[in-house]
Amino acid sequence: MSARSKTLALHVGVILALLLLHFVLPTYHHGNLARIMVLSVYAMGFNLVFGYTGLLSLGHALFFAAGMYGSGLTIAHLGFGAEAAFLAGVVSAFIISAIVGALALRTAGVALMIVTLMFAQAGWYTILYFGEYTRGDEGFVIQRPDRVFWGIDLSDASNRYLVALLLFAATLIITLKFVESRFGRVLVAIRENEERARMLGYDIFRYKLGAVILSGTISGLAGASYGLLFGYVGATFATVQYSILPLLWVLLGGAGTVLGPLVGTAFMTYLIDKSSEYTAAYMIVAGVVLVLLTLFARQGIMGEVRRRFLPWLP
Amino acid sequence: MNLLSTKGLSRSFGGLRAVSEVDFDLPTGQVRALIGPNGAGKTTFVGMLCGRIAASSGRVIFNGQDVTAIPAHQRIAMGMAYTFQITSIFGRLSLHENVALAMRRRGDLSDAAVDEAVTDALRHVGLADRAGSMGGDLSYGHQRLLEIAVGVAQRPKLLILDEPTQGLTDGEIGEFNQLIRSMTGNTTILLIEHNMDVVMATADYITVLNFGQILAEGAPAEIRASAAVQAAYLGKA
Amino acid sequence: MEFGPHLLLAILEGAVQAAVLTLTAVGLSLVFGVMRVVNVAHGEFYMLGAVLAWCVTSTLGGHPAIGFVAALIIAPLMVGLIAAAADIFILKRLEYEPKNTIVATIGMLYVIQQVTLIAYGPEARPVQAPFNQRISLPWFEFGDAGFALTWPWGFGTTTYKLAVIVAAVVVLIGLWNLMARSRLGLIMRATQLDREMAQAFGMPVEKVNAMVFGLGAALAALAGVLIVPIQQAHYLMGAEPLLLSFIVVIIGGLGSLAGTVLAAVVIGLSDGVISVFFSPTLAKILSTLFVALILVFRPQGLFGKRDL
Repeated sequence: MSARSKTLALHVGVILALLLLHFVLPTYHHGNLARIMVLSVYAMGFNLVFGYTGLLSLGHALFFAAGMYGSGLTIAHLGFGAEAAFLAGVVSAFIISAIVGALALRTAGVALMIVTLMFAQAGWYTILYFGEYTRGDEGFVIQRPDRVFWGIDLSDASNRYLVALLLFAATLIITLKFVESRFGRVLVAIRENEERARMLGYDIFRYKLGAVILSGTISGLAGASYGLLFGYVGATFATVQYSILPLLWVLLGGAGTVLGPLVGTAFMTYLIDKSSEYTAAYMIVAGVVLVLLTLFARQGIMGEVRRRFLPWLP
Repeated sequence: MNLLSTKGLSRSFGGLRAVSEVDFDLPTGQVRALIGPNGAGKTTFVGMLCGRIAASSGRVIFNGQDVTAIPAHQRIAMGMAYTFQITSIFGRLSLHENVALAMRRRGDLSDAAVDEAVTDALRHVGLADRAGSMGGDLSYGHQRLLEIAVGVAQRPKLLILDEPTQGLTDGEIGEFNQLIRSMTGNTTILLIEHNMDVVMATADYITVLNFGQILAEGAPAEIRASAAVQAAYLGKA
Repeated sequence: MEFGPHLLLAILEGAVQAAVLTLTAVGLSLVFGVMRVVNVAHGEFYMLGAVLAWCVTSTLGGHPAIGFVAALIIAPLMVGLIAAAADIFILKRLEYEPKNTIVATIGMLYVIQQVTLIAYGPEARPVQAPFNQRISLPWFEFGDAGFALTWPWGFGTTTYKLAVIVAAVVVLIGLWNLMARSRLGLIMRATQLDREMAQAFGMPVEKVNAMVFGLGAALAALAGVLIVPIQQAHYLMGAEPLLLSFIVVIIGGLGSLAGTVLAAVVIGLSDGVISVFFSPTLAKILSTLFVALILVFRPQGLFGKRDL
């Protein structure tokens, strides 16, 4: 079996497995997995910029929140229907990632990390400042009637899971196609040796900007979906924590692999869930895992799998 | 017809004048060697030609166009290729991918055509059987060859080689000389070199830099006989 | 209170915040300057200083001054040692590679913060100042009798707050002497300017790293101890000093201790003043955007000699 067909079989297999789980999982895990799939979309978006292009952004929560608030606010204050609101969310994230990208990519390395962090902080403070409309930290609920998308009631657990699966599957396939495309390969070259890539004639800035915009838009798509599927919009999703979580998920799952984000998100979500049963300080798990990953397992789970067993894994 | 010219090209770093008012002409199809003692400004000069270093003053004209303000990647796209002084390949990517990245940028080849052309390019430098290996697994000499293959793969109008034979064995140097000679006529080549045997064997014309200025220019025999050049190298200038 | 005294009061309060911010930011700047490490966990060292101060003072009991003086010594020392250990066991093993180091310090942030949550709890607890007399400050006006002093009600400060400002100045002068005059300071400055050369000259760059990381953390912890009688000790109190320190260090310019001090004073004062008259949230929005744009358009900050 060629590498191409093995790859396709594996990824389609994962999607089918997730579909199968829809029918067999008990309620709690069913809801959890729906959430994990949406957050995996966010992680896949982040992976494009971090895993494939090698840029460390500490401000992706800005894009996630842009999607979430873009859709949530248009429903709450402008009376948009779910479909238009979703589009508004995605477009908001697109615009913001283009602006932030154009500015932030003029820096690199540590400066880039701080610039993205600062923009995200500014976004979070802005949400708090306009608390009259955004309800700040407390957030607001998107009512059931507003969460009907093309006739599908998203508050229904079964619909919710399948829609989340659809989004996940679409993003997975898009990511797969993208990383194997010419554009995707240039991003990898930029990550591996930026100066060399430049001296092969590639306009590094434009490629990085493309990566940031695609990444930001996917993150915003995840944010908009999260709000519509789970019915809640809140400032927590714009905090530093929500910029660090995708980093954690991607590092654990395997940066620069297509399936890594799903693996990392699922693993970490369950780990944190388990820990929160024992202590309020469940984020300690996140801290410990981050330190251990940097010291011992920079490749993450799927990265190790690729290195040792499956070199064809994208 | 000059493929590349500079007019009054200069570069200062703070108080240090690394390159000073250099007027340089490179005719199409020539193999030019750029030599000079350490610190003469060769790498700085070449950096300004390909756009990695900004000029303090002066102009660079390539293929009839003033490229002084044009960024490096665009100059490469216009037909320059540059190999680094310290080998800079994609160590964690396969040889195939290393060369393919160079070819894909040209934009005129389908994926299948790229694959074929990559195999050709690797065969040309004798690395075709290792196409799947990681760049970093190669010996230093082979990495150098890979770099040259990458440069050639870009089908450049001007190929700039920065100390290409440094670190190569005598046998590898012989292969390199042959490679260069097989390319002449199609590609204009600018070669920074310290190895005089290579220079004498490959160059049509030589430019000697010293203290950031052109000390002498001429055919290999003239330069070899020049007392001024010898003095510069021996430090008596 | 009228505008004049109100403004002056805001400035005084701002000065206290600026003093504490200066110490914290200088710690961050030192670590970045000498080690080229961006320590995202820096705010947690500040928080640890405050929390440990509470632990020491509540364990020792007796007159608040005794406990406080003990805390002033013990807390920075302990935090410095913890930091040095983190450097030796984690950061050094990462060979200070920028991305990995930042991720590791993010992990450290969560570990320190959450361990404190477990051990100390989610409450905010006060620490008593060693001394705390109110001082009423005079204001002047030109009335019928010519120049006259008045004593507006509520216009004053405390001896402790003034002491904080003095303490910060003393520590900074001591630090300056350390950097400029001592052998350790010489090694630190040499390593900051050119690490490889310093190593080539036989300077113990590796040991210096652990010491510098510890010193930076100790400064933050000291700031935490100084502030805790004014604020309370809470496990989340490290977030804002971290953000402000970053803002200060970037605007002041990296590699420039003088720039850091100047920026800390300006930002600390203006943050205090703006918070009194305008919305602190708006101030934060503007300052974070300002920092981002400075990094984009003028990466060396106002006085910096090098880029990030």
